[in-house]
Amino acid sequence: MIWILDFALLLFMILCAIAAITVKDLLHATIILAAYSLIMTVLWAELNAPDVAFTEATVGAGITTVLFIAAIARTRRSSSD
Amino acid sequence: MPVRENVVIRTVSRLAVPFIQVFALYVIVHGASGAGGGFQGGVVFAASFVLMVIAFGLGSVRKRIDNRGFMICSVLGIFAYAGIGFLCLLFAGNYLEYGAIEAALGIPHLHGLLIDVVEAGIGINVMAVMTSIIYDIAEQRGKSL
Repeated sequence: MIWILDFALLLFMILCAIAAITVKDLLHATIILAAYSLIMTVLWAELNAPDVAFTEATVGAGITTVLFIAAIARTRRSSSD
Repeated sequence: MPVRENVVIRTVSRLAVPFIQVFALYVIVHGASGAGGGFQGGVVFAASFVLMVIAFGLGSVRKRIDNRGFMICSVLGIFAYAGIGFLCLLFAGNYLEYGAIEAALGIPHLHGLLIDVVEAGIGINVMAVMTSIIYDIAEQRGKSL
């Protein structure tokens, strides 16, 4: 419909996905994944799938981020770079 | 998580948690007729507990409701779901065929109530399991993280 908005959101989503697997710090990757989930939520809502958008917003941006951060807090950094 | 003595985080959480929980209940009840449902509402409810753990620390939240309480909640949710399902079998319908109970008892719009009970069961179960996962992962060898 609003293809310019769609294009910008998709571009930003792909950028987030690439950034999430290329950054060194795991905490940064988690936050970028949360941003990815937020963009995905807007896209689902724009595709007339409010149920999927709701699940993406609650699980993807809410619970998964907290789980990842809690899991990262239990690890130790082994390399120094 | 470490208990921070930050008055802003604590006050905002104390104000936000009731609204998040009311919104979760709204999502669960509204799920039959629109977007949302038991799973989404349960996850939103669990998110309110996560916010409390972040703001007030695991110990003070666990004093209110512990793993035993969540275990009871998850069992209650399963029983609400499966109980309504098997009740439909008793009224000679298929599993979760609400219309069979409504036709046998003759009460109008009973199926909507039964859908709400099933959704509430799903929501209670999801809330309990999600929050107990967060509890277990936020606790590190007996001491909270």
